Amino acid sequence: MSLHIKRGEVFALIGPNGAGKTTLFNNVTGLFQPTAGRVVFDGRDITGSKPHQVARLGIARTFQNIRLFDFMTCLDNVRVGRHVRMHATLWDSLFKLPRERREEEKTTEEAMDLLRFVGIAKHANQYARNLPYGQQRRLEIARALATDPKLLLLDEPAAGFTPQEKVELMQLVKKILTRGITVFLIEHDMKVVMGISERIVVLDHGEKIAEGSPDEVRKDSKVIEAYLGKSA
Amino acid sequence: MMTRLHLRERIRDRDQAIYGILILGALVFPMVTLFITGGSSAYISQASHAGTWVLLAIGLNVVVGFAGLLDLGYAAFFAIGAYTYAMFASSQLGSSPLHHNYHFPFWMMLILGMIVAAGFGALLGFPTLRLRGDYLAIVTLGFGEIVPNLVYNLPDWTSGINGIGGIDKPWFPAWITGPWAGANSISVIHDSVCRNPIAQTQFIPCFSFGFDPIAYYVLIVILIFGAVILVTNLYRSRLGRAWMAIREDEVAAAAMGINTVTTKLLAFAIGASFSGFAGAYYGASFGLVSPDDFLFVVSITVLVMVVLGGMGNITGVIIGALVIYFVLNTLLPSLASNAESLANTVGLGSLNAQNGDWPGLYAEVQRMQFLIFGLILVLIMLLRPQGLFPSRVREQELKHAAVQEEGSAVEEGVRV
Repeated sequence: MSLHIKRGEVFALIGPNGAGKTTLFNNVTGLFQPTAGRVVFDGRDITGSKPHQVARLGIARTFQNIRLFDFMTCLDNVRVGRHVRMHATLWDSLFKLPRERREEEKTTEEAMDLLRFVGIAKHANQYARNLPYGQQRRLEIARALATDPKLLLLDEPAAGFTPQEKVELMQLVKKILTRGITVFLIEHDMKVVMGISERIVVLDHGEKIAEGSPDEVRKDSKVIEAYLGKSA
Repeated sequence: MMTRLHLRERIRDRDQAIYGILILGALVFPMVTLFITGGSSAYISQASHAGTWVLLAIGLNVVVGFAGLLDLGYAAFFAIGAYTYAMFASSQLGSSPLHHNYHFPFWMMLILGMIVAAGFGALLGFPTLRLRGDYLAIVTLGFGEIVPNLVYNLPDWTSGINGIGGIDKPWFPAWITGPWAGANSISVIHDSVCRNPIAQTQFIPCFSFGFDPIAYYVLIVILIFGAVILVTNLYRSRLGRAWMAIREDEVAAAAMGINTVTTKLLAFAIGASFSGFAGAYYGASFGLVSPDDFLFVVSITVLVMVVLGGMGNITGVIIGALVIYFVLNTLLPSLASNAESLANTVGLGSLNAQNGDWPGLYAEVQRMQFLIFGLILVLIMLLRPQGLFPSRVREQELKHAAVQEEGSAVEEGVRV
């Protein structure tokens, strides 16, 4: 099976549980080494790259089961995201050289901007652990955005959300698009998927069974079969 | 909003207050002890010995507290620093296959000891940092055993079990004048003490530290001061945040673009470099190093200092190191005689006499020293499970383990 994501679109990957959606994310971001196949990003073969190299190239992700740095403040969580775009060396940090100081100030401002962007700036100095669930998801998105990604992978961003939160999430994704970031999401919630994505691929048992616009996918008989089972 | 600001202010306040007390204490301590004891400097040299442990604890805190890597072989780096200085600042290498004495000045070796220890830290880290948690701890434990054994078994280089004696003392060239120039204990020396670092056969007039405890005390206070500044800078930098991120969640840290291998390696190397630093100072101040000074118990003692003081918090580990040093070197040794005289004063003098199976109070307390040490440790950990002065992080972490309710935990954090 093969997927192509175009720059600037919202691309969704859906499929029943165990279809291999998260595995695909893990392969793309270098957490697992794919046993076969290739990952090409921006015309570059990144198959088998280490996670930090993938992040540097401009792919950021969130996790299905939120993985924040629990006992760091929200601000620090986002500042960790800036890590890969910072230049301070060990010596700069050891002796707090003016260059490092300026970079720290700039980073703090950028991080605060991102917290404002996702709407949790007032919790900046709280431990990530202490945020309510929905805001933890937002913080994770802010942290991913801090790495200046070209492609943002969202792994079930709406899981466990109330309808109101889902609407807010869709607005947030649209806002992210205006920053020129391509969004690739895995999602179970059809309302969210149909509402924001331009193209959808349906995955079942590691195989692509359908691809197209939301309307096309909705009508596809194979998709209906995969989700609802074969009619007798 | 208000409570959050309040919390931040209080974090600043507490650490700043402790720093203030420590600096003041370090300044006043020598004068007070000299005044009380009528000029005896025994306490001052004890204090500078305690300072060595403070340096070690600050260094181990980088590895254990910041990056969350359990290192049980920390004494090995201490040994490497001490032996680096001892070998290159004594007549030891004359009898080695090199057949040449080196007497490099202390200041140079202080830096070199740091670099060598950091190098070994990286060397150990490189193959092992793929391991996690307990597995890493066991490998570092092994390393901690290997180094003293190497020292025992390479007598040509290290003179084995006898240790290296006659190590050079730190000195300043005579043309550097300062408050020490007129002091009677440190005066200008023209003989064979201070060698020209470049032309080793030439001597230069200098002030040697000799055996003056106050000189070493001042030196260690300055070293600790420097170490605290450097470590605090690191803690509040890009690298410090990367360490904490790895401690919290290694997978997420990697996905955020942190190279976990080099970052952990840096934690190891920087932790080791402080230990090397302390080692060079140790060699210089005692003038004698032996492999028995760097056994497993040293690693454990430093770890106890870090954990008990409050992992991850620099002021905490400094105080932890001082408290444990005091308990081990002053409280416990004097306990037996104190118990004896206490028994006499309260009219239980009969306890002091030997009687059948009872060896007398003095001998009994002497025997139970480490039982009492264990009890003190258990008691402290029961009363303050996060350490004496925990970092706010650990405090929250442990609170969370106890209180599962999320909302209330914020309030708890504020009230402390």
